Amino acid sequence: MNLYIPILAIGAVGFGFAIFSVLAAALTGPKRYNRARLEAYECGIEPTPQAVGGGHIPIKYFLTAMLFIVFDIEIVFLYPWAVSFDHLGLFGLFEMVIFIATVFVAYAYVWRRGGLEWD
Amino acid sequence: MNFHVPVIQYAEVLPILIVLGAAVLGVLVEAFIPRSLRYVFQVVISLGSILLAFVAVVRLHGTSHVAVEGSVVVDGPTLFLQGTLLLLAIGGVLLIAERGLDTGGSAFTAHAATLPGSEAERTALASGIIQTEVFPLTLFALGGMLLFPAAGDLVTMFVALEVLSLPLYLMSGLARRRRLLSQEAALKYFLLGAFSSAFFLYGSALIYGYAGTVSLSGIREAISSNAGNDLVLLMGVALVTVGLLFKVSAVPFHAWTPDVYQGAPTPVTAFMAACTKVAAFGAILRLFYVGLSGLRWDWRPMLSGVAIVTMVLGVIWALTQTDMKRMLAYSSIAHAGFILTGVVAVNKAGLEGSLFYLAAYGFTTIGAFAIVTLVRDSTGEATHLSQWSGLARRSPLVASTFALFLLAYAGIPLTSGFVAKFAVFAAAYSSGSSALVIVGVLSSAIAAFFYIRVIVLMFFAEPKEDGPTVVVPPIMTTAAITLAASVTLVLGVMPSSVLDLIKSAARFTF
Repeated sequence: MNLYIPILAIGAVGFGFAIFSVLAAALTGPKRYNRARLEAYECGIEPTPQAVGGGHIPIKYFLTAMLFIVFDIEIVFLYPWAVSFDHLGLFGLFEMVIFIATVFVAYAYVWRRGGLEWD
Repeated sequence: MNFHVPVIQYAEVLPILIVLGAAVLGVLVEAFIPRSLRYVFQVVISLGSILLAFVAVVRLHGTSHVAVEGSVVVDGPTLFLQGTLLLLAIGGVLLIAERGLDTGGSAFTAHAATLPGSEAERTALASGIIQTEVFPLTLFALGGMLLFPAAGDLVTMFVALEVLSLPLYLMSGLARRRRLLSQEAALKYFLLGAFSSAFFLYGSALIYGYAGTVSLSGIREAISSNAGNDLVLLMGVALVTVGLLFKVSAVPFHAWTPDVYQGAPTPVTAFMAACTKVAAFGAILRLFYVGLSGLRWDWRPMLSGVAIVTMVLGVIWALTQTDMKRMLAYSSIAHAGFILTGVVAVNKAGLEGSLFYLAAYGFTTIGAFAIVTLVRDSTGEATHLSQWSGLARRSPLVASTFALFLLAYAGIPLTSGFVAKFAVFAAAYSSGSSALVIVGVLSSAIAAFFYIRVIVLMFFAEPKEDGPTVVVPPIMTTAAITLAASVTLVLGVMPSSVLDLIKSAARFTF
């Protein structure tokens, strides 16, 4: 049980810091309300009172996000392999080549079907 | 830190590798082959790879080995279910590839992402594009299904579950006709399916917390040596069970089934209804018979209860349906209950009965939905029951074949359904669950009523003036129906060779 006490302490410090900063900002910060303050920060749609265009957003954002996730996951697998590839030897190399080739198929598909063209 | 190089028995997972490799090849075809040639390429790749994978399964006959570091178990039940899945997938792909039925060219929309009724949709329709991406999606789903009953640990099982589910969510939304219904089906299936996957994953985490391992044989050992906190284990088992029962559409996790079966394009419904059930019951059998067999006194009452509710509510809801696809959906829910009756027997007879039932049910389902694609009017498939009245006058052959499938569903002697029902009920009785058998037989009697009502409607009611026409089945649909009808008959009249095969195969390795 003693092993878990540092984890609990970290959690308590985290909570404490969050509560402290929110409270401190609310008590000490200036309160000026204007239109820009109520808008979504930098990106995203305005949900109220009525979303522009019924809340539809261009599908290309979604495609870019999906492509990002595909390559993100590829990196997730590449890092541990890079750290220990000398243990895994040729087997690891071949498996990673197969894996990267499969990810590349997805990339080739998106590229050929126009997923990378913005307009 | 020290790693050891994993040993992978490529020969033993060859069927899965062939199907998934063909799916990747199909994606490349979509990317690099001109649009006009894609269809031919995709059909050849899909059917060819499924046949190759089937040959690979047959060559593995008699293997009983834990492969890929314990992740994949290649044993009798795995190989039997993989062979069944591949044969069912041939029927499914033939129906999906059919181009002679819909005036638009195929059952699938050109641009699934366009809004129904929008300008973009009209442009897509006018361009005459016929999409072929459904073939690689089918193969990806099939690859996951082949892995699902073979999974030797909970993580592999989860990955297989996702690989089979994600393409199916998409495929349900591809219908060319009644687009809104189809998109609604896809969204519902996706949202509920994502929930059930989360249940499965959370349950796996709790079981890992109990056993310290995710491998089914490791969980089995942990249970028999009473390793940890029982409460964690029971909660984990309950959550994992929710995830699996969702996939076989057992009550109370069935709510998606009628909407999705009705909204999805009928060829996809055929593939999904037959193959998902086979694969998911394969996983259920392995999890409960291998991993959790030491816990049977805890999960048997739970699964028995689910089986009773599923059978009774499935047939009662099916009675009240007026749409053919919804009626078949509720009947598939009821059949999930009948198969669960075999599962809760927890003996060799129960395993054999469930395996036989899955094969029998799968082929009948492919055939029944194939017939639904043939009865059409100007707006597409005519699925309202009243439109089917007097169908035998217009096309005696199609009506008789459909009657055969309905009789098999009902479990009338000389069809596969009778042997299957007899096998699971006998197994349940021998294990002492006579209450379950009584409920099962009563539900079968109610089920027989609504199946035979459709037969009476087709043969003895007057045809409507403006009723639908029965299209002369084009070659691929004919092939799928012939496959389904002949298996249904052979399993009913001469089941002994398949029963012998199952008897020798029904032994789990762990």
